[in-house]
Amino acid sequence: MVETMLAVISGIFLLTGGIFGILGGIGLLRFPDFYSRLHAAGITDTLCAFLIIIGLVIQAGLALVSIKLMLILIFMVFTAPTASHALARAGLAAGDDPATLESEPMEIAPLGSRGEPPSNS
Amino acid sequence: MTTVLVLTALAIFVTMALALVRALKGPSVYDRIVAVNVIGTKTVLVVALITAISGNDDLIDVALVYALINFIAVVTVLKLSRMRDLAAAGEGDITDG
Amino acid sequence: MRYLFSLAILLTVLWLGISGVYKPPLFVLGGCSVVFVVWLSRRMDVVGVEHNPVLYSWRLPVYWLWLLWQIVKSNIDVARAALSPDKLVRPRVVKVPMKLGSAVGKVTYANSVTLTPGTVTLLLEEDHLEVHALLESSAASLESGEMERKIAWLENHK
Repeated sequence: MVETMLAVISGIFLLTGGIFGILGGIGLLRFPDFYSRLHAAGITDTLCAFLIIIGLVIQAGLALVSIKLMLILIFMVFTAPTASHALARAGLAAGDDPATLESEPMEIAPLGSRGEPPSNS
Repeated sequence: MTTVLVLTALAIFVTMALALVRALKGPSVYDRIVAVNVIGTKTVLVVALITAISGNDDLIDVALVYALINFIAVVTVLKLSRMRDLAAAGEGDITDG
Repeated sequence: MRYLFSLAILLTVLWLGISGVYKPPLFVLGGCSVVFVVWLSRRMDVVGVEHNPVLYSWRLPVYWLWLLWQIVKSNIDVARAALSPDKLVRPRVVKVPMKLGSAVGKVTYANSVTLTPGTVTLLLEEDHLEVHALLESSAASLESGEMERKIAWLENHK
């Protein structure tokens, strides 16, 4: 009885996490500029990852795997904002202006875009 | 239960495919790096799910190490794309502020 | 010195948590790595007041639960925006004043803001944050200053 309950709860967590992952991916495609896309990446880094790892922990129960999964979770919680901040800073340093509302950001990066193949969009 | 795990893994593959489209479309190099970062964190989750599907618990170490490497790789690639040289420092350094 | 001691305890717990093989030769190896890492951190001079174990009071889990709730709420908002970006997405840069004194508090604030989807810290200064907000609701929740009050509460436990 308890086993089935736990299985159902963890299944709900896992599937909700998957749905949030897909929503984050859709946001990554549809949001208008680089800084907005950072927020979409934020969904897949936070709630999607939380739900899936917690779902797996519920399934594994008290085991070494659970400790490692929780370590992965803690590590993601500490690195995800650092990576987002570094990306935002890099965009700022390249001269992307976050205050404007353009549908497509211009390719300004003087250093970053050198050696890039020409944009195919 | 395995069905649910496989479905979740498929959902994550869809996310990775969407991120891959963004990585191909760009337009700026930073859009591509965001997309690659997303693909990296989703890889960690997929490896964790495969651990549960296959029942081979040792695989979880791969996910743990991948989580560590992915973060360092993203920061390194950012620095490299900005400075064109990992030894460079000073003005325009993304680590300041 | 005290901080190095708490670091050693933390590393031992970590090693026991991820090793999984409990045999005497491996205990020796684990002990050696803990001592080596502690010696390295002393040599690199990276252990400071932010590793003070007193910082980790009972208020920290309470704050984490509150932050988790905020993350869930803003995730739902951003996920809704992903489905209809034209109507909901209003990106803007917000300057958020900040009264927190300590460096740890400021970094906690900036990190918590970045961790909640919908807001990314662009710049951390002495007395303010520059934040990129995606939606009306995320900008509003920042301007209410609730998170800053929670962090001030988290720090004032002594």
